[in-house]
Amino acid sequence: MTAGASPPPANQPEFVPGAPPPAALTTDIWRGIARDNPVLVQLLGLCPAMAVTNTLANGLAMGTATMLVLLGSELFVSLLRKVIPHEVRITSYVLIIATFVTVVDLLLAATFPDISKALGPFMPLIVVNCMVLGRAEAFAAKVRPVRAMADAVGMGLGFTLALVLISGLRELLGMGSLLGANLLGPNFEPWVFMVMPPGGFLTLGIILLCMAWFTDIRRRRAQEAA
Amino acid sequence: MTAPHRHGGPAAAAPRASTPAWRLVATLAIAGAISGWLVSSVYQWTLPAIEQHAAEREKAAVYEVLGAPARWDTLYLVDDALTRIAPAKTGFARAPRAFVGFDADGERLGVAITGTEPGFQDNVTIMVGFNPETGALIGFRVLEQKETPGLGDKIENDTIFTGQFAGQVPPLRGVKSPAGGKTDEVQTITGATISSRAVVRIINNAIASWSPLLAAWDQGGAK
Repeated sequence: MTAGASPPPANQPEFVPGAPPPAALTTDIWRGIARDNPVLVQLLGLCPAMAVTNTLANGLAMGTATMLVLLGSELFVSLLRKVIPHEVRITSYVLIIATFVTVVDLLLAATFPDISKALGPFMPLIVVNCMVLGRAEAFAAKVRPVRAMADAVGMGLGFTLALVLISGLRELLGMGSLLGANLLGPNFEPWVFMVMPPGGFLTLGIILLCMAWFTDIRRRRAQEAA
Repeated sequence: MTAPHRHGGPAAAAPRASTPAWRLVATLAIAGAISGWLVSSVYQWTLPAIEQHAAEREKAAVYEVLGAPARWDTLYLVDDALTRIAPAKTGFARAPRAFVGFDADGERLGVAITGTEPGFQDNVTIMVGFNPETGALIGFRVLEQKETPGLGDKIENDTIFTGQFAGQVPPLRGVKSPAGGKTDEVQTITGATISSRAVVRIINNAIASWSPLLAAWDQGGAK
C-alpha cells in the first residue's frame, strides 16, 4: 500500500500505519463484490464455501449469516479501534466476532429452525472464518465506522454471491432443483456427486478456472490495445 | 494510538510504546463481560421460540417413531418412577419423558423414549419407538446430532440404514456385513462406523433402562 509514501491530505489529519488509501464508499462496497471478492479472488473462507453449499438455501443462509456477523464485528472493531490496545487486538477481535456469531446463531435457530439445523456445526465455525478476522484486522481496525460498514456490506455481498454461485450450480446438477423446486424434470438423472463434498471442490475449481481464464483474456486485450 | 509517523520509513518500523498490563487485562475483562451479557440476553430472548420449535419437532418425531398413533400419553420420570403429572420446571433440566401411543381403537401401539449419548463429535439424541410386549422396534429418529456432514450425518439421512431397524429386537449389534435374517443385526454405514454404533448403543441402552420402569408402570400406575 501507500503507507508512509506521501503526506496525507489535509482533510484527514489522523494517520494510521497500514491504513487503506482513502476511497469513496461505493468503491469500498464494490471492492468486496468484484475486484477483491473474498472467495473467488482472495480465496478466503473456503471451508464454508464448500462445506455448506450443497443446496442453494444453505448457501444463501450461510452467506447472509456471515454478512450479519461481518456487519456487527466490523462496526464494533472500527468503533473500538482507539480503545483496544495493540497487544490484545486479535483476542479482542475474536471475542467480538464470537459474540456476533453466537447472537446470529441463536436468532437463526429461533426464526428458521430448519436452516439452522441444516447448517449445524458450520454456523458456530464462522468464528474461525479467516475472512471475518482478516477484514477486522486489515480494514475495520484502520478506518472510520462508515467505511468499515461499507466494507462489511461489500465483502458480505461478495461472499454471499460466491456461495450462491457455487450452491446454485451444485443443487441444480446434483438434485435437478433450485431452492427445493424441481427444474430439470423427472427424466434428469441427478449427479449425486455434486452435492457430496468432492463436488464442492470440483465446482469451486471450475469457477476459479473460468475466472483466471477471463482475467487472462482481459489482460491480453489490454496489452494488444497498448 | 502512538505518535503519528508522517514521513519516511515503513510503518512497521515505527516504535510503539507498550501498553501497561493492567490496561490489557481491563480491556479483555470489560469486553468479556459485555459480550457475555449480550450473549445471555439474546439467549433468554430467543429461548421461548427455540423451545417451541423443539416441541414441534418432538411431536413430529413421536408421530413417526410410533407408526402414526391416533393419540399419545406423556409419562414423566420423577424419582425413579413414572408419573402422568408433569413436574415443575426447575432450571434447564427437563424430566425424562416417555410417550405411550394408542391407535384409534385405544390399542397400545408402543412406547417412544429418548436417549442421549456421545456420538463421533458430540452428543447424539435419538427417539426410539418400540413395542414393550414383543420388544420389537417400530422406528427411530435422530433429534440432535453434530456428526460429520456427509459421513456421520447419514445416521439421519441414509434410508438404507434407518430402514433396517423396524421389526428388529434389541439388544442390537452393529455389524459390517450382516448374515441376514437375524433380528438383532443392523449393518453399519461405511465411513461412519462410530456414528452407526452410537445409534445402536443409544437404542439398546435407552430400551434397557426404560423397560423396567415401563413394566412397573404397567403393573401399578396404568390402572
